[in-house]
Amino acid sequence: MRLPVQLILGMVLFGLFLAAALLSLVWTPFDVTELDIAHKLAAPSAEHWLGTDHLGRDMTAMLMAGARTSIAVALIAVGIGIALGVPLGLAAAARRGSLLDEVIMRGNDLIFAFPSLVIAILITAVFGPSAINAILAIGIFNIPVFARVSRGAALTIWPREFILAARVAGKHSARISAEHILPNIANLLVVQGTIQFSMGILAEAGLSYVGLGAQPPTPSWGRMLADAQTFFYAYPRLAILPGLAIVLTVLGLNLMGDGLRDLLDPRLRRSVR
Amino acid sequence: MIALENISLLLAGIPVLRDVSLRIPPGQTLGLVGESGSGKSMTALSVMRLLPDGSQLSGRVLLEGRPLTDLPERKMCAVRGGQIGMIFQEPMTALNPVQTIGDQVAETLLVHGAARRSEAREIAKERLARVGLAPERFPLDRYPHELSGGQRQRVCIALAIALRPKLLIADEPTTALDVTTQAQILELIRELVREEGMSCLFITHDLAVVAEMADEIAVMKAGEVVEHGPTGEVLHEMRHPYTRALFEASRHCPERAPIVQEAPLLEVENALRDYPLKRQGLFGRREHFRAVDGVSFALRRGESLGLVGESGCGKSTLTRAILGLEPLQGGAIRLDGEAVSPTMPAELRRRMQVVFQDPYGSFNPRYKVSKLLAEPFHLIGRPTDLDARVAEALENVGLHATDADKFPHEFSGGQRQRIAIARALIARPELIVLDEAVSALDVSVRAQVLDLLADLQARFGLSYLFIAHDLSVVRSVTDRVLVMQAGRIVEAGETETVFATPRAAYTRELLAAAPVLPAA
Amino acid sequence: MIRYAATRLISLGLSLMAASFVIFAVVEVIPGDPAAFMLGMNASEETVAALRDELGLTGSLPARYLGWVTGMLGGDFGTSYTYRVPVSELIAARLWVSLPLALYALALSTLLALPIGMLAAARRGRATDYGIMGLTQLGIAVPNFWFAMLLVVLFAITWPIFPAGGFPGWENGAWPALKALTLPAVALALPQASILARVMRSALIETLGQDYIRTARAKGLTEGQAIRNHGMRNAMIPVLTIVGLQFSFLLAGAIIIEKVFFLPGLGLLIFQGITQRDLVVVESVVMLLVFAVILVTFLVDLAYALVDPRLRHSR
Repeated sequence: MRLPVQLILGMVLFGLFLAAALLSLVWTPFDVTELDIAHKLAAPSAEHWLGTDHLGRDMTAMLMAGARTSIAVALIAVGIGIALGVPLGLAAAARRGSLLDEVIMRGNDLIFAFPSLVIAILITAVFGPSAINAILAIGIFNIPVFARVSRGAALTIWPREFILAARVAGKHSARISAEHILPNIANLLVVQGTIQFSMGILAEAGLSYVGLGAQPPTPSWGRMLADAQTFFYAYPRLAILPGLAIVLTVLGLNLMGDGLRDLLDPRLRRSVR
Repeated sequence: MIALENISLLLAGIPVLRDVSLRIPPGQTLGLVGESGSGKSMTALSVMRLLPDGSQLSGRVLLEGRPLTDLPERKMCAVRGGQIGMIFQEPMTALNPVQTIGDQVAETLLVHGAARRSEAREIAKERLARVGLAPERFPLDRYPHELSGGQRQRVCIALAIALRPKLLIADEPTTALDVTTQAQILELIRELVREEGMSCLFITHDLAVVAEMADEIAVMKAGEVVEHGPTGEVLHEMRHPYTRALFEASRHCPERAPIVQEAPLLEVENALRDYPLKRQGLFGRREHFRAVDGVSFALRRGESLGLVGESGCGKSTLTRAILGLEPLQGGAIRLDGEAVSPTMPAELRRRMQVVFQDPYGSFNPRYKVSKLLAEPFHLIGRPTDLDARVAEALENVGLHATDADKFPHEFSGGQRQRIAIARALIARPELIVLDEAVSALDVSVRAQVLDLLADLQARFGLSYLFIAHDLSVVRSVTDRVLVMQAGRIVEAGETETVFATPRAAYTRELLAAAPVLPAA
Repeated sequence: MIRYAATRLISLGLSLMAASFVIFAVVEVIPGDPAAFMLGMNASEETVAALRDELGLTGSLPARYLGWVTGMLGGDFGTSYTYRVPVSELIAARLWVSLPLALYALALSTLLALPIGMLAAARRGRATDYGIMGLTQLGIAVPNFWFAMLLVVLFAITWPIFPAGGFPGWENGAWPALKALTLPAVALALPQASILARVMRSALIETLGQDYIRTARAKGLTEGQAIRNHGMRNAMIPVLTIVGLQFSFLLAGAIIIEKVFFLPGLGLLIFQGITQRDLVVVESVVMLLVFAVILVTFLVDLAYALVDPRLRHSR
């Protein structure tokens, strides 16, 4: 089996930032909470590879720690979406046309009416700003996405004859969903997962930029951009670096998603048979 | 006059057609028969030059002496729809769902510049009327989804013949249709060919259909025409062994010596099954459609009982109720005296198994054969000698014990159907429901599977409920038959009696519509 | 058609009701006593009681909910605690920045994306297609507010064609106002256009494999004619879905972009509301945003029916 080029490229790009994030857990070149006003806005040098920001913090360390925040928030949000959305979607498909299906789908529509920014605004207004808000806001937004995808995919599997055969074997719908439906829609969920992951990184950056996400001193790419805005013309490096980090991470994830789709798409595989 | 001269075709480097030469005079129909993969459809698409990317075509196609094979694409577009019309197998998807039927017929005239817009609609109306869709009942602004399959196929024919082409290509035009609808569409095509003086290339897998339709027959196998001649001659002489094999498989009748006991195994008593229709609006009342309406019959132990009817007659709904997958709204179903329902005990469920139509859809593609076969053990617990039971079941259906480690996609359609039978057998049931179990198979494979079923019945004393739309198959493998129409059983009796002297008007209609293979 | 529209309208009403429940519950029920919450911990009992009176928080929850909803239906969104003016006035002024911005961006995105998507589909598998797919892949990955900052540096500072921020107001003529909204709209539109172009392309390619395209080709249509006459309208169904979803992204995006360009829109209002704990403002603006999203969903549903006769005739 040959891996698609996009998949390899995407894994390399995303892998780079994932490695930086993991490394930041044990080591960063400087402490990101340490302010060093004397060396503020320093140009890249042997000591500070990518220079320092307006408070003298090392940019390399900030970017590494920012990767940790972005990836953690987006990943947990995808986890929330899968953990709650997939069972709801499977249940709705198993009882298609029933009241349960109707309730789940209308509930989905309702959540869809709340963009993650709006959810974040509501949570922040009531509970005050924190990094948890971003996770919750993006995670809640992911629930109907996964519910819809898994319901739609499951609906195409339910009428297949091997499901009828399982029903003739006396299996209940929950068991059929777990044993037969889920493995057959897993591909789709993986692909959707990478898409939501990349959208989560963009959303987290946006929320942090407007102050609804990670709070200081937790470094995040979105906050770095907000801080850099006033210095942009004089010190473009401060804004370009975190921006590039976001673009490359998201690009890497999207390429991975496309590559996985090519690799896993059952339609493509069927044509090979 | 259309002539194909030494047509050969490579698809991605693989030879698909070899030296195909055919000619069809005006007003004549050539029947092109063969099993799936024999190259029938590719021959048609080669004439149309609508081949997939990466195909290499050689040889010549001459229409009225004019070579088509090297026309530039722009000129070929003028030929398609203008001088050659084509209809396809799937009328349900062949029409654009978001355009009216009038526009779709008129479009043929418009793209060829044969009429102005207002004239085109007039001609479209006339052509639709010609194919049996009178403007009073089927105005031009109808959409495809408002029509039945047969009516949609008529629209397809109307747009194919809108410009009175010299050649009509019909690729399995009735395969997706019910037998009575098929008879009407075949009659329409016959009439049109005669009246309009077209040549017709009629592609089908069904020898009985081709025997009724064609003046000449060409038999294809693996990309080559193996036998070609006037219909009567080909069917009578069958010079090529493949033609003979095809012919024999089509009318194959497995040897059976059923031992039928008097005691009923399955009893259906006054069964009622309602379907909720889509709710009318958000608060609308939910209306119901009665799919099975007071059906009663008994299947005796050791018997093969046929259930025939056209699509929508309720036979699938009845089947699901018999399998205990869906509840009845009235009446009762009993297996050996015990009530069948969605909540019936596992042991009762074990005694009744099922084989479905689609050899591709009936297995979870991610399971190995051993796991697929073990699924019915969910009912009664996994036996200690599971591997031996799997091996035994595989060998019973003519497969090998080592096949247990393979995935379903590694098998051919016929082999998959054998696996499906093995899965039904493994729980040692008494009744097997065969739901269109041989309908998707090529005739030669179908004959083998029918033999296998007869053999298993004799060895294990099985009873079969044989559900099918193909009357000839039902006639050859069942002892008694039920004819179902609009949710009711309209006729029941000994198979031979029903087929020889049908009493119900509907049975007579069905039998008259079914194409018959002439005796050799 | 009328029946279909009526069903969608009822569903619109139900969604709005459910959404208002949720917002009311989060803002007025979860914090316990909103008045105490708004004033902070150091407020005296009397001031809290006074604010409670002022905000009408004395009644029972159902009464307060009904009062809020009926007020909104009559255009009364309550009074801002910090600004001491009716919230409806605050919103009206800001809406004239945010709504035109979102619509401007939606128009840009759609006008850009559809032709590009069609071009890529027509040239599928060739260099043009690969080029477009690569660029759109990049476009999706760019955060719009960062792109906005780049645009400011390029087109407002390096080449001062457009203003770097601020909004002159519509009363000084449409042109300066549009000019001030152009860079924000471009920044918002580009990532969305990338997504839409890809959807357009794949929807068109998907229709190319359908049986009715084969029928059209057999009728004598060229590939181009078959795409135009039969592929396009069928491809519009998934495209509409995405356009509808994009509006909510654009509205949310507009709120973020307003911060880059210091635009006095709903974003500014709501962020001030959050910092000043002005729950009345937050509640109303959120309801308005959600209303806009639900309304667009409704409009998209109606558009489906125009494209697809099967929905029009559905019971």
